[in-house]
Amino acid sequence: MDFDPVLLARLQFAFTIIFHIIFPSFTIGLSAYIATLGAMWIRSGNDRYQHLMRFWTKIFAVSFAMGVVSGIVLSYQFGTNWSRFSVAVGNVIGPLIGYEVLSAFFLEATFLGVLLFGINRVPPWLYVLSAAIVAIGTAISAFWILSANSWMQTPNGHELRGGIAYPADWLAVIFNPSFPYRFAHMLNAAYLTTGFVVLAVGARYLIAGRYIEEGRTMLRMAIGLTAILAPLQLFLGDQHGLNTLKHQPIKVAAMEAHWDGSKPGDFHIFAWPDEKTAENRFAISIPHGSSLILTHHMNGLFPGLNSVSASERPPVVIVFFGFRIMLAIGFFMITAALFGAFLWWRGTLFDTRWYLQLMAQCWWVGFVAVIAGWVVTESGRQPWIVQGVLRTADATSPVPGATIAGTLVLFVIAYGVVFSFGIYYINRLIAQGPTGPTAEETGHFSANPISAAHEAGRTAVGRT
Amino acid sequence: MEWYLPVIWAALIGTAVVMYVILDGFDLGIGILFPFARNERERDQMMRSVAPFWDGNETWLVLGGGGLWVAFPKAYAVVMPALYLPVIVMLLALVFRGIAFEFRTVSRSKTWLNVAFSVGSTVAAFAQGIILGGLIQGIQVRDGAFAGGTFDWATPFAFLCGLSLIAGYGLLGATWLALKTEGPVGDRARSQAKMLLLSVLVFMAAVSLWTPLTQPRIAERWFSLPNFYFLWPIPVITALTAYLAWHWIETGREVPPFLATIVLFLLGFLGLVISNFPYLVPPSLTVWDTAAAPASQIFMLLGTLLLLPIILGYVGFIYWLFRGKVREGESYH
Ligand code: HDD
Ligand code: HEM
Ligand code: HEM
Repeated sequence: MDFDPVLLARLQFAFTIIFHIIFPSFTIGLSAYIATLGAMWIRSGNDRYQHLMRFWTKIFAVSFAMGVVSGIVLSYQFGTNWSRFSVAVGNVIGPLIGYEVLSAFFLEATFLGVLLFGINRVPPWLYVLSAAIVAIGTAISAFWILSANSWMQTPNGHELRGGIAYPADWLAVIFNPSFPYRFAHMLNAAYLTTGFVVLAVGARYLIAGRYIEEGRTMLRMAIGLTAILAPLQLFLGDQHGLNTLKHQPIKVAAMEAHWDGSKPGDFHIFAWPDEKTAENRFAISIPHGSSLILTHHMNGLFPGLNSVSASERPPVVIVFFGFRIMLAIGFFMITAALFGAFLWWRGTLFDTRWYLQLMAQCWWVGFVAVIAGWVVTESGRQPWIVQGVLRTADATSPVPGATIAGTLVLFVIAYGVVFSFGIYYINRLIAQGPTGPTAEETGHFSANPISAAHEAGRTAVGRT
Repeated sequence: MEWYLPVIWAALIGTAVVMYVILDGFDLGIGILFPFARNERERDQMMRSVAPFWDGNETWLVLGGGGLWVAFPKAYAVVMPALYLPVIVMLLALVFRGIAFEFRTVSRSKTWLNVAFSVGSTVAAFAQGIILGGLIQGIQVRDGAFAGGTFDWATPFAFLCGLSLIAGYGLLGATWLALKTEGPVGDRARSQAKMLLLSVLVFMAAVSLWTPLTQPRIAERWFSLPNFYFLWPIPVITALTAYLAWHWIETGREVPPFLATIVLFLLGFLGLVISNFPYLVPPSLTVWDTAAAPASQIFMLLGTLLLLPIILGYVGFIYWLFRGKVREGESYH
């Protein structure tokens, strides 16, 4: 059998990174939510927040572990599968990832230990601070890795000599043109994703009539958050798209399936882009819609796919549908969050059963939008791995296709098993619900949680 | 060209690798010793002794690999494809043992997660030994890129290194348990430590003899004069350390056997450095051949000098916070 090593390396990377991003999308948001709950607990002294905090921390632990192990795989894949990429742009991208390890990974990993095991050993303020440090660590991690990825989309601040990129201006490298947009859009995506998970879990409890108080708190917090962040995401995405039009116009042409740049672009609600004939079939379109969005003029022009030869185009179908999936979910989120806020204002949020039932089913929407967004971003950059600097086909390792195919199968099996069990255990934790402190801790936590916890913390720190 | 920068970086990456080997070594060692525990309570206790640390320990692996890429991209780009299969197998093994920590606390039936943890830990140790062996025995390079085959690493020597590392991590794990646990687990660890110490010595001797016998450049490094005058203390100190470790285990000391094991690892690492410096990819690419652009090395060096002390500070804090013994039956989260 003949294996194409480039295609297989891409498939393997796509599979392992799509698996990885599922967890950061959740842990970035969840760690911030846990820290918020902790702050509310300390401020109000209300036990409910502490129970909620401990409950979500258990779920966080399971997700974080999957995020860590799948991330370690990725960091080595730059060498195993993309060794020529590592040499060609390592001088520039390597330090960004190095800084991520030094400034984020150690921080997250260490204070995670305090968050998971420290409740009886540290005073409450330090416990909550550890949660906040974990949350900050995940955001710092996103900062560096998104800087690296944005540099691959819009390289800047470097010099090319003999096919190798050398850094010239580090600030220009880190804050490359697409980075601020990508960082804001992705971070917001992570918070939204988590918001919808919390919303779904809260709705589930209200429907089941269990943990009513906790469920209401979750619902209020999630709706308060998403009602602001979902519309914000539309704005950030729009700005991001305008920036992409400036730097990667062909990617935008693929997102819109816009072939002929001499005519204004329609916005296709649905179409089948036919890459052979360079036309759209079965199109249902809003005339001049894309022109209006991208140029703010009815008859504005922007480059079409036909302005480059077919071999220079990204895979249009993937990019086009990926973009539509993200948009659909984005608008769904806006509607759901604003409608929830409306119900809350009317005072019927906790009794509108159909709404709760719908939201209880929608925990996954953020994850799908994140993956779809990344597929648009990454596939839309093809055939380049680093836009204008290095082609994907020139970036692979000298490893035979059969070896990559074999390990790809191993990854699919292993991740399939890990993912199924992970989901199963998270569901189990949700079903168990936010119970009070476990028997072993009731000794430490008496009626007044703060003073008791202070005492427990003090004895723990003082004990040898 | 700043000739010293690559040397500094080689030292830093060496430090990261040593930190990884010691820290994740005892952590993987717990997994290697897992099958010998008698019941779930003992296994909980063993796992609890490393649970707050494992993630941080594994992060040194990311720093080692990432650091190699940052500072020596051309070495990274040769070594990873050359050792493709052992690297991927190691990563997959780490996936299974890593998730076992959290899944195990949630799961009702622990059997499969115990298997995932112990097999994952053992396979990861073995694969790391193979990676080490594969490096020592040399990698075929043409025009700065890997030019060998998928299974070049699969030699009896590499397998020997794999087994050596299992024994070595097992010893680290056993001396850690002797230090951190009470009751039957601690007692068993002490008797396991003695067996493992003996096997580690046998493996160290075998690897130390095998390398000079098959690699003329290494034989020359050690046995030519005047090098030998300077180097003979290393095996002597190793033997002395091993003797002390044995003695301390016999007399039931807690911290010294663990420290002595660490010293044994450091001595082994020193031996490797002496055998191979300045090659990063023996037998052809040196630290200077593979170094990143000086601007990249300096940029990263600044960050490292600033952040590494802070990291060591809070890593030290968490070991201090979770000091003391883990009792049998002590709860998990
Ligand atoms: C937007 C955020 C984001 C993105 C795009 C990525 N990651 Fe990630 N990564 C995280 C956000 C994150 C995180 C939030 O920091 C993690 C997620 C799991 C976890 O839950 O921490 C993490 C964990 C994590 C770890 C383990 C850290 C540890 O030991 O504690 C490594 C080695 C990587 N990642 C490496 C990568 C690489 C090489 C990526 C791309 C090619 C990548 N990540 C994409
Ligand atoms: C609602 C309207 C939205 C718009 C207009 C929008 C716009 C965009 C655009 C134009 C890109 C591609 C940028 C590029 O490749 O250069 C993108 C990428 C992305 N989108 Fe969206 N988006 C929206 C909603 C969402 C939602 C709801 C999520 C997730 C919860 C999301 C997550 C992502 C992610 C993760 C990426 C890839 C990373 C990046 O390039 O920023 N988006 N989005
Ligand atoms: C975490 C979110 C991300 C997702 C879901 C994602 C998704 C993908 C996908 C689907 C591909 C295959 C594209 C194709 O071949 O058509 C790909 C390729 C790639 N991505 Fe990403 N990506 C992400 C982030 C990153 C980051 C942060 C980096 C680097 C810093 C990166 C580096 C690469 C590389 C090296 C390839 C392989 C070459 C290629 O096919 O373009 N990606 N990614």
